[in-house]
Amino acid sequence: MAPKLKDTGRQRAREGSPWTGLWVVVAKEMADHLTSVRMRILEVLIVLTAAGTVYAAIRNLQETVGQDPFLLMKLFTTAQEPLPAFVGFLGFLIPLIAIALAFDSVNGEFSRRTISRILAQPIYRDALLMGKFLAGLFTLALVLTAIWLLIIGAGIVGMGVPPSGEEVARSLWFLLASVFYGGIWLALAMVFSIVFRQPATAALASIAVWLFFIVFWEILVGMVAPILRPVQFNTAEEILAQAQLELALTRLSPNTLYSEVMLALLQPTVRSVGLVLPIQLHGAILGTPLPLHQSLLLIWPQFTGLIAATILLFALGYVLFQRREIRA
Amino acid sequence: MSELVIETHGLSKRYGDVVAVDNLDLAVRQGEVFGLLGPNGSGKTTTILMLLGLTEPTAGSVRVLGLDPARQPLSVKARVGYMPDEVGFYDELTARANLSYIARLNGLSREESARRIDEVLERMGLSAVADRPVATFSHGMRRRLGVADVLLKQPQLIIMDEPTQGLDPEGARGFLRIIHSLKEEGITVLLSSHLLHQVQAVCDRVGLFRHGRMELVGTVTELAQRVLGSAYRIRLQAEGPVSTLTEALQQLPGVVDVQHQGDSRYQVSATSDLRAEAARAVVSAGGRLLGLDVEAPSLDNIYARYFEEVEHGAEA
Ligand SMILES: Nc1ncnc2c1ncn2[C@@H]1O[C@H](COP(=O)(O)OP(=O)(O)OP(=O)(O)O)[C@@H](O)[C@H]1O
Ligand SMILES: [Mg+2]
Repeated sequence: MAPKLKDTGRQRAREGSPWTGLWVVVAKEMADHLTSVRMRILEVLIVLTAAGTVYAAIRNLQETVGQDPFLLMKLFTTAQEPLPAFVGFLGFLIPLIAIALAFDSVNGEFSRRTISRILAQPIYRDALLMGKFLAGLFTLALVLTAIWLLIIGAGIVGMGVPPSGEEVARSLWFLLASVFYGGIWLALAMVFSIVFRQPATAALASIAVWLFFIVFWEILVGMVAPILRPVQFNTAEEILAQAQLELALTRLSPNTLYSEVMLALLQPTVRSVGLVLPIQLHGAILGTPLPLHQSLLLIWPQFTGLIAATILLFALGYVLFQRREIRA
Repeated sequence: MSELVIETHGLSKRYGDVVAVDNLDLAVRQGEVFGLLGPNGSGKTTTILMLLGLTEPTAGSVRVLGLDPARQPLSVKARVGYMPDEVGFYDELTARANLSYIARLNGLSREESARRIDEVLERMGLSAVADRPVATFSHGMRRRLGVADVLLKQPQLIIMDEPTQGLDPEGARGFLRIIHSLKEEGITVLLSSHLLHQVQAVCDRVGLFRHGRMELVGTVTELAQRVLGSAYRIRLQAEGPVSTLTEALQQLPGVVDVQHQGDSRYQVSATSDLRAEAARAVVSAGGRLLGLDVEAPSLDNIYARYFEEVEHGAEA
């Protein structure tokens, strides 16, 4: 056996699959999430929000039933003062749930002193981290799907109109985008739970990043863009360059990406999510809805951006976790 | 060769400037109980972590059960049970659920794991509390659950980091009984501890660590010979002329050293139990023997003397 090992030679070659035991971890973590008090509270919160906003939307929409071909979409997007629309709430609730699911995922194992016992079992660290991430993502998907079903059900009961295939397809894509938007915050909270020993610190850091993007990012972009691309002679090029930079910068925020995806998917009449020059609108009949694949094409970069950010953050956490000293 | 369960050559671990383990050559044989001894921070835990592949060595090689923990971690970890110095459980889950997670991570089937869990809980005397959340467990119960957890995968080698830490005397004795029974089953055990008389009671061989180096290895008697020079100390109280008595004792074969400690007290260091011979020598030299006592070699003495000596040596 020993000489054979020498032949295979390379230091890095490890035996077996890095994912050995992955589904055991996923199952255990999901069971934990679904029975935890923390998730109960969040579920109540999200159900109450959905019920409130959708009820308001239904009352608002009852006059237009029969005229609007995208009634279901309106359930998500109709706001009634003083309440914002359900999607407005989702922008807050999804990061909140995601952070709550992950902020103590790794440092919790350290503080409970279970980490060395678990890693002394025949699994790789890869499986443990990936398992925790997937369990979070699946839990999030489960909660969002349940809400989605509730809203569609409420729509059918409340307005008596079954949704069209296109509506269902659009809202399913929206559901998928929401899960990946949550994935970003999940991966971020996980990175912090690897970096910080204290779960409270990790939670605070995640919330700080979230607030930064929600509150300060646009202000910051509004300040930085004029400095980098000053408008001196008031030419069209200058103004355009500044606006483009501003847009590019705001798109670094996951919130911007998500709201653009949301806009294009839930409002089929939206034909552009960026700057619109008059020339681009040539030949377009404003107010006519785009077919689904056109809407998807429109926000495809944003959609892949959400997924890419999730993967990048997870990869960062992966590297940090591999280097982490395991000592109870 | 194949009877070596643990084998390291030149194993070293550095954390920046700190040398945690320095050039360690360790060999643990099949079926023996080996004790790692040493003051805090001498590198015992680091050594254990490297044996399991949980920490990457800076230099050197490791073989555990003939496998390389860095390249074949899954095979090694499937065969080696590890109980960390601070063993933790998921408090909200029951003892059974905690063990069931470990069983599934080891790829056991549902029936097999149910059977083994009942078995190990029974063995550790935890059957009655199997379905209680671990949060309600005392420290000693958690430790026993830790052993149950280790036994679950039916390991060939068990590594325990300070297993008796924080246990009451009865609990600690129970633990030593368990280690004895493991040895009888042919399982090799490596443990670290500060509690010397326990190590002495249970270990076949010990390794003495200091500043990341294993400076002494062997059975307790071997260490005593090496550190104390002589394994037995005879304390003797006798009245009579000091110089005559001292000389008479010194002439006995097997006596290494005689010290007069005042007040008609003497301490004789010898390579064997020389009480009878010493008594005769005192009487025939005209002394009045008042008391006689022998102290078998104890790890406490070896440990205390050894570290006393090396610290003095370092100062000089
Ligand atoms: N992550 C780390 N970074 C830097 N130094 C470390 C790290 N882990 C351990 N050390 C150092 O390595 C040395 C050996 O530590 P180790 O935990 O192996 O000792 P030990 O013999 O188990 O001690 P104890 O009896 O207190 O458990 C110590 O000096 C410690 O400070
Ligand atoms: Mg230690």
